[in-house]
Amino acid sequence: MHAPHRESYLSAGIGLRSWLLTTDHKRIALLYFASITFFFSIGGIAATLIRLELITPQGDLGSPDFYNRLFTMHGVIMVWFFLIPSIPTTMGNFVIPLMIGARDLAFPRLNLLSWYLYIAGGLITVTALLLGGVDTGWTFYEPYSTFYATGYVILTIFGIFVAGFSSILTGLNFIVTVHKLRGPGMTWYRLPVFVWSTYATSLILVLATPVLAMTLLMLLAERVLHVGIFSPQLGGDPLLFQHMFWFYSHPAVYIMILPSMGVISEIVPCFARKSLFGYEFVVWCSIAIAAIGFLVWGHHMFVAGQSLYASLAFSFLSYLVAVPSAIKVFNWTATLHEGWIRFDAPMLYAFGFIGLFTIGGLTGLFLAALPIDVHVTDTYFVVAHFHYIMVGGAVMGYFAGLHYWWPKITGRYYPEYWARFAAILAFFGFNLTFFPQFILGYLGMPRRYQSYPPEFQIWHVLSSAGASILAVGYALPLFYLLWSILKGNRAPANPWGATGLEWSTRSPPPPENFPATPTVVRGPYQYDRGKPCMQAGHV
Amino acid sequence: MQGFPIWPARAGAYAGTLDFLYICLLVLAFLTAGLVIFLLIFFAAKYRHGSNAMRGGPSVKTWRWEVGWTTASLLIFFGLAVWGASIYLKLYNPPPNALQIFVVGKQWMWKAQHPGGQREINELHVPAGQDVRLVLASQDVIHSFYVPALRIKQDAVPGRYETMWFRADKVGRYHLFCAEYCGTDHAHMGGWLTVMRPRDYGDWLRAAGGQQTLAAQGEQLFRRYGCSGCHEPGGTVRAPQLEGVFGSPVPLSDGSVVIADERYIRDSILNPKAQVAAGYQPVMPTFDGQISEDDLAKLVAYIESIGPNSGRGAR
Repeated sequence: MHAPHRESYLSAGIGLRSWLLTTDHKRIALLYFASITFFFSIGGIAATLIRLELITPQGDLGSPDFYNRLFTMHGVIMVWFFLIPSIPTTMGNFVIPLMIGARDLAFPRLNLLSWYLYIAGGLITVTALLLGGVDTGWTFYEPYSTFYATGYVILTIFGIFVAGFSSILTGLNFIVTVHKLRGPGMTWYRLPVFVWSTYATSLILVLATPVLAMTLLMLLAERVLHVGIFSPQLGGDPLLFQHMFWFYSHPAVYIMILPSMGVISEIVPCFARKSLFGYEFVVWCSIAIAAIGFLVWGHHMFVAGQSLYASLAFSFLSYLVAVPSAIKVFNWTATLHEGWIRFDAPMLYAFGFIGLFTIGGLTGLFLAALPIDVHVTDTYFVVAHFHYIMVGGAVMGYFAGLHYWWPKITGRYYPEYWARFAAILAFFGFNLTFFPQFILGYLGMPRRYQSYPPEFQIWHVLSSAGASILAVGYALPLFYLLWSILKGNRAPANPWGATGLEWSTRSPPPPENFPATPTVVRGPYQYDRGKPCMQAGHV
Repeated sequence: MQGFPIWPARAGAYAGTLDFLYICLLVLAFLTAGLVIFLLIFFAAKYRHGSNAMRGGPSVKTWRWEVGWTTASLLIFFGLAVWGASIYLKLYNPPPNALQIFVVGKQWMWKAQHPGGQREINELHVPAGQDVRLVLASQDVIHSFYVPALRIKQDAVPGRYETMWFRADKVGRYHLFCAEYCGTDHAHMGGWLTVMRPRDYGDWLRAAGGQQTLAAQGEQLFRRYGCSGCHEPGGTVRAPQLEGVFGSPVPLSDGSVVIADERYIRDSILNPKAQVAAGYQPVMPTFDGQISEDDLAKLVAYIESIGPNSGRGAR
C-alpha cells in the first residue's frame, strides 16, 4: 500500500537532540517506555530482595531498618513511577491521537514537559532512596513521618510532589485532546473503549493528584517548620492525614486499573473477531468507577478510629464501586460467545488479566465487609488483594497492550512463541506468588514484618518460589522485544485484523500519523462473520 | 518449617461468627470465579478460530443480560454489606460491666495495666468467659493491637483513646501483634495473649502483685498533681466536682453536651480549654506533656471509680 522507503516517525530524525526535544507524541511515548522500564526494574529488584528475605522466619539480609527501607522503596517506585504513569503515558500517548484520527495531542510541548517533570521527580526520589532511603512505607503515615522517620523523607516527598505535576498535565492534555481533536465522524460513541478509559483516568489524575500535592506539602511544612497539622504532639490530627492521603490514593488505584481495562476491551473483541458485548455499559462503567472511586477512601480506615457511621457508609459505597467492575468482567466474557477466537500473546495476557482481576475484585468484597476487614486489614490478605489488582490486573494489562501495539510502534513482530511462553509463565508465577498470601493473611500474618513466627514459613517459601518464576516471566519480554526491534519480521499496517483507526495507517506510523485525515464511518469493533470492518472509510 | 497451617486458632465465639461469614464469602467467590473461568475456557475452546461451532448473527437485546447481572450484583453486594455491618455493630458496642484494662503502645512494646494495679509488658492475661474491654493509647506513633485468634484489631492512636472489646472462651496462648507499621522493631512489637481459667487468673493476679488498685494509685496522683486542690469540696477555685461525673452527660459552655467517657476525661486533663463544663471559667492549666500515658490511665481509672457506676472495672 505504501512504499517502504517512506518516512516513519522513527526515521524522522536521528541523534539525541531529535529525541530529547521532540514534541511528537509517539516519540514521547518511547521516552516514557524507556524510563518506566528503568523504574520498574528498580522496584522489581526491591521486590526480589523482599521475597528473598522472607524465605526464613528470622531476619537474614541486613537489619530491620534495611528491610523497612526496602519495602518503602518498592512501594514508592512501583506506585508513583511505574503503575500510575505506566499505560497512560506510554500506550495512551502513542495510540490516543492515532485512535481518534488526530495529528498529535492537544498540547505537544506540554506533553514533553510532563516527561521532564516525571524524570526529574523520579531521579530526585531515586537519589533519596540510594543515599540511604526512607523508612516510612509508601503511605507516609503521621506522626511517624514527622517525628520518628529516619532518612531522606523530605527529598523523597519532593520527588513525588514534582512527578505529580506530570500526572496532572498528562491528564489535562488527554481530556482536551479527546474533546477537541476527534477526527471527522468520530462521535463519542464511536470512540474505542481505551480512549474512554484513559479519559476517565485523566479525570481522576486532574482531580485527585492536587490533593496528594497539598497533603505532601503539609507534611513537609510539619516536618521542616513544625507547623502542627497532623501530629498530636503539635496539636494536629493523625487521622486527618489518612483521610487526605487516601482521598488521593484510593482513586489512584483506579488510575492504575482503568487504563488496563481499556486495553483489555480493545484486545478481547480483536482476537475474538466480534464486537464488544455491551459497549455503552462498558464505557459508562469506566466513568462510574472514576466517580464512585472518589467516595470509598474511608475503607482504608476501618480500624483507624473513624466514626461508626463513616465506616458503615464507606463499607456500603465500597460494595457499590465493585458493581461496575463486575459488569465489565461479564461483558468481556460474553464477548467471547460465538466468536472466532485466536490465542496470540496479547489475548493470552488478556485472559490472564480477566482471571486475576476477577480474583482481585472478589477478594475486595471480603475487605469491604466491615468485620472481615477488621481481622485482615494490615495483613498479607490485603497485600495479596492489591497485588492481584495492580500486578495481576494493571501489569498484565500493560504487557497485553505492549504486545498488542508493538508491531504498530516498532513496525516489527515480536517472536510469538516466546511471548506466549512469557505470558503463561507470568500467570502461573503470579498465582504461586500471591495466592499463598491470602492464606497467610487470614492466618493473621501482619504486613511489613521482616521476621515472623515460624508456623507461617511454608506459605512464604511458596510465595518466594512463585516470585522467582514471575521474575523470569517479566524479564523475558525485555530481551525478546529488544531483539525484535533489530531482527523481528516486518509487520504490516494491520497485523491482527483489528478495526481501529490506528491500524489503518502504516506500521510504524509516519510523523504526521495519517497521510490524509481519516473519516470515521462506524463504531469500533465491528466484525462481519470474523472479518474486520475498519472504522476508517469513505462516506 | 511447621506444616501447612490453613486456619487460625479460635479463641472465642466471635471468631466462629466471623469465620462463618468468611466461609460464605469464600463459597460465593469460588462459585463466581469458577463460573467466569469456566465460561472463558468453554468459549475459548468452543469458539476457537477454525472450529465449526454454530455462530448466530450479531447478538440482540444485550440489555437484558446487562440489567440481569447488574441487578444480581447489586442485590448480593447489598446483602453482604448489611450482613457485615450487623456483625460490626456488635463488635463496636462493648457490653456493660466488662473487665477494663488500659493498654499503652510505644515503640516497640505493649504495656498493660490491670484494674488491680498489675502491670505487664508484651503479655496480656485475661480470664476465659468474661468480657474484656481495652482502652488503647499510644505514647508515640500509631500502633495496632491485633490478636488473630480473636479476629479483632484496633489502632492505638497517639493523642486519643480508642477502645475495643472481646470475650475469649478457650484457654490458651495466642499471638499478639502490632499490625500498624511503627518503625525499626515493628515485627518484634508483640507477644502473647494468655487466656486463663478464672481461678487461675485470680492466682495470677495475686502472684503478679499490684500493691494498690489502679484507682487507688490514681487517687494519689490526683493529689500529687494538685487536681484535688480545685476539684474537691473546699477548693480554692470553683471547679466541677467529679463524683458521679463519669459516664454521665456533661453540658458544655458552648451549649453542647458530651458523655464523660475515658476520652473526655483524658482530653479535659490535657486540653482543658477545649470542652469547658457549662457555668465554669476556663481557668484550668493544661497538663499536656507533664503526665505520662501510664499515669493518665490511673487518673482516668480513679475518676471512673468515683463515678455513679463505681465498681465497674475498679476492683
